[in-house]
Amino acid sequence: MNYRTPLARARGLGAAREGLHAWWRQRVTAVALIPLSLWFALSLALLPQTDYASLVRWITSPWNTVLLISVIIISFYHATLGLQVIIEDYVHGDAVKLISLLAMKLVLAFLALTASFALLRIVFVD
Amino acid sequence: MVTDERPLSPHLQIYRLPLTAVLSFAHRLTGVFLTLGMLLLVVCLVAVAEGPAAFADVQVFLRSWIGLILLWGWIYALFFHLCHGVRHLVWDTGCGLRRDYLDRMGTIEVLVSVVLTLVVGWLSWTMV
Repeated sequence: MNYRTPLARARGLGAAREGLHAWWRQRVTAVALIPLSLWFALSLALLPQTDYASLVRWITSPWNTVLLISVIIISFYHATLGLQVIIEDYVHGDAVKLISLLAMKLVLAFLALTASFALLRIVFVD
Repeated sequence: MVTDERPLSPHLQIYRLPLTAVLSFAHRLTGVFLTLGMLLLVVCLVAVAEGPAAFADVQVFLRSWIGLILLWGWIYALFFHLCHGVRHLVWDTGCGLRRDYLDRMGTIEVLVSVVLTLVVGWLSWTMV
């Protein structure tokens, strides 16, 4: 039995109007992060023993720069989508929910920009 | 009239959560933990941009036992989140949702995340 109107079915948006959008972006970023995570985890494991000069050489080699900036942008975006779902699930009350969502998104955007700027400084200044 | 014999609905305090529920909650927890850990990545990159002295301070922390626990905890959390995330992608296609299959894949997922962490540990040990 289907109670939805033909127009609602044609639009295919559901009750949240734009739920599918966030859901799909979460999946796309998840797929992108599969190979990136494997590469990033191994790089991170080597970090405690690396000396400064070879770390800078590693970061400034073009492939690593591109992969690092992909990790920064895609993982922070994926984190934003994931934390949004968690906040929407557990934070009740419209005002508190709106403020937590805004704060979370602004903080994560700030962190992503800070990391990207630091990366560009290492590549172009050093 | 025997009212006491009637079944009770599961209550969180006396209900042993099934593996699938524990893993589902762990997926969210690791997601939050991974996001918090990204802060360390930002600190690291800023320190490298600042110069050798700032990076040396970060490395002292990374080499301390609390730094190593956080680093390897983060790497394990990443692999757990990755393995469970891959299963979510499979479920999105409508496959693998049978009860017995879910429990078995749950166990395999935990094992694979441990193995991946050990492999990265071994690789980082031999590459230095």
